[in-house]
Amino acid sequence: MTVDTKVRLPGMVLKNPILTASGTFGFGLEFADYGDLTALGGIAVKGLSLLPRLGNPMPRLAETPCGMLNAIGLQNCGVETFLRDKLPRLPWRETPIVANLYACDAADFAELAGILSAAPGVAALEVNISCPNVKAGGLAFGQDPGMAGKLTEAVKKRAGNKPVWVKLSPNVTDIVAVARATVLAGADALTCINTLTGVSVDIRTRKPRLANVIGGLSGPAIKPVALRCVWQVCRAVSVPVIGVGGISSAEDVLEFILVGAHAVQIGTANFMRPDMSFRIAARLPELMAELGIESLDSYRGTLQAG
Amino acid sequence: MGIPGTCHDVRVLSVTPHGPHGAEHGFFTMELENPGIAQVAAGQFIMVRPAAFGVNPIWPRPFSISRLTPERITLFVQACGRGTDILAGLRPDDPVTIWGPLGQGFAVEPDSPTLMLAGGVGLAPFVEYAASHPYPPHLSLLFGHRVPLDCYPYEGMARHIATTTFLERTPADRETFIALLDGQVAAFAEGLVLACGPRPFLLTVARLVRKYSARGQVSLENRMACGVGGCLGCVEKNALGGYVQTCTQGPVFWVEELSLTEDA
Repeated sequence: MTVDTKVRLPGMVLKNPILTASGTFGFGLEFADYGDLTALGGIAVKGLSLLPRLGNPMPRLAETPCGMLNAIGLQNCGVETFLRDKLPRLPWRETPIVANLYACDAADFAELAGILSAAPGVAALEVNISCPNVKAGGLAFGQDPGMAGKLTEAVKKRAGNKPVWVKLSPNVTDIVAVARATVLAGADALTCINTLTGVSVDIRTRKPRLANVIGGLSGPAIKPVALRCVWQVCRAVSVPVIGVGGISSAEDVLEFILVGAHAVQIGTANFMRPDMSFRIAARLPELMAELGIESLDSYRGTLQAG
Repeated sequence: MGIPGTCHDVRVLSVTPHGPHGAEHGFFTMELENPGIAQVAAGQFIMVRPAAFGVNPIWPRPFSISRLTPERITLFVQACGRGTDILAGLRPDDPVTIWGPLGQGFAVEPDSPTLMLAGGVGLAPFVEYAASHPYPPHLSLLFGHRVPLDCYPYEGMARHIATTTFLERTPADRETFIALLDGQVAAFAEGLVLACGPRPFLLTVARLVRKYSARGQVSLENRMACGVGGCLGCVEKNALGGYVQTCTQGPVFWVEELSLTEDA
């Protein structure tokens, strides 16, 4: 049985639904030795800011049951270095490159969007309004529907013909309200979800395990939360949803498609082994054939929830 | 350098407590099939992920290669947490995925008198270093430890190179050990000083290397997630106040490259 893993998204067709999640796959180049980057559906690169960011002090990582906390703090080389040194080395003609962007206010978000939208190698902009690890903006932007809409609008205005994805936070009372606000403001797709905020402590040293105290929880531990968010958002909005949160197998990918996601992002699982995204991309068509799923389009959103 | 960029599924050959007291203190030797890694620079590491991890723990575990032969990779491991406890319980034939060698190893300078400073399980990379060094008469080891010497892969090294050991029985012994370190670093100030061990030990070595204007390298043990430069979780502050990645730019760094303060 031949299966169709193609995914149609605004402005692009992915050869399969497997993207890598921002912050878990570097700029792609770090993982290029472990698989063929063109075998992926797409790559969402490390969050970019206008100027280079140093990030948070160490320690930045803590392992937790079936997951981890991180407080990297968006350490990155800045957008100019990305465009000059990283993007040209990526196979952007074959594999859509999604530029994840972060700024502290709407004006900077817009400026960043303007710069990135001029780059032919960038397929879409993913607006990070949900990073829990930065002091200014970040999570606060994503917790207020009005602010989330305003930032989406600011980016959209400067994004030219590039699709704008908005990455939503699960750290809200009503993710649907934020989703609706961003779609109303022009979001072309939504990425659900960013990390959940969490804390880990050491009872002997009486210290937090992260210098930042609070970090973002990721990994299989959060998969049920992510599935719930994706399911709720897919029922509420008409734009495609990219599911992310704890995916570590082809079976997990189908779970997200089943609740309505168009595509998925692999995040923390890239840390389990560096060839993980490539393995999942290779395994998915086999699994679809085993289950008699001819295409993702035929399977998407078919959850029988009564 | 080896076979970069491939995850290898290999089998456990053996997991053996080191010496008569190894089991009691959690020190063991793990031998894995060598999937074709031809060469390693001592101080480089591999990532180890046994199938038994499933999705918990989430991260693989990094270990410096203690010995590499065409047939086997030998790791020296201290069971001290969720991951290493599972590793200690593996049996021959259990499946493990490994990738590497990763990162930068220790400098090898055949003509320089070279002092190896090891603290506890930090002895591991020096076994390979001593075994592969082109001129072992230039090597000297100072080894600080807290549990009986036979828990460590020390005896084999002592047969070939000059060694000094120091047993730290109580925290009060630390001053004596630091004095010993001080004297040795001073004696090798014109040579090469290499260190691997817990962070406080490395900070002391770095201070002494600076004190005597010696040339020194330290191998950091910063916590890693991916090990390949993707997550920026294992960074260390460099001498300029920026961050370097322990996994790809280290784990071995020249002391002068780093700021080496208490909190990374």
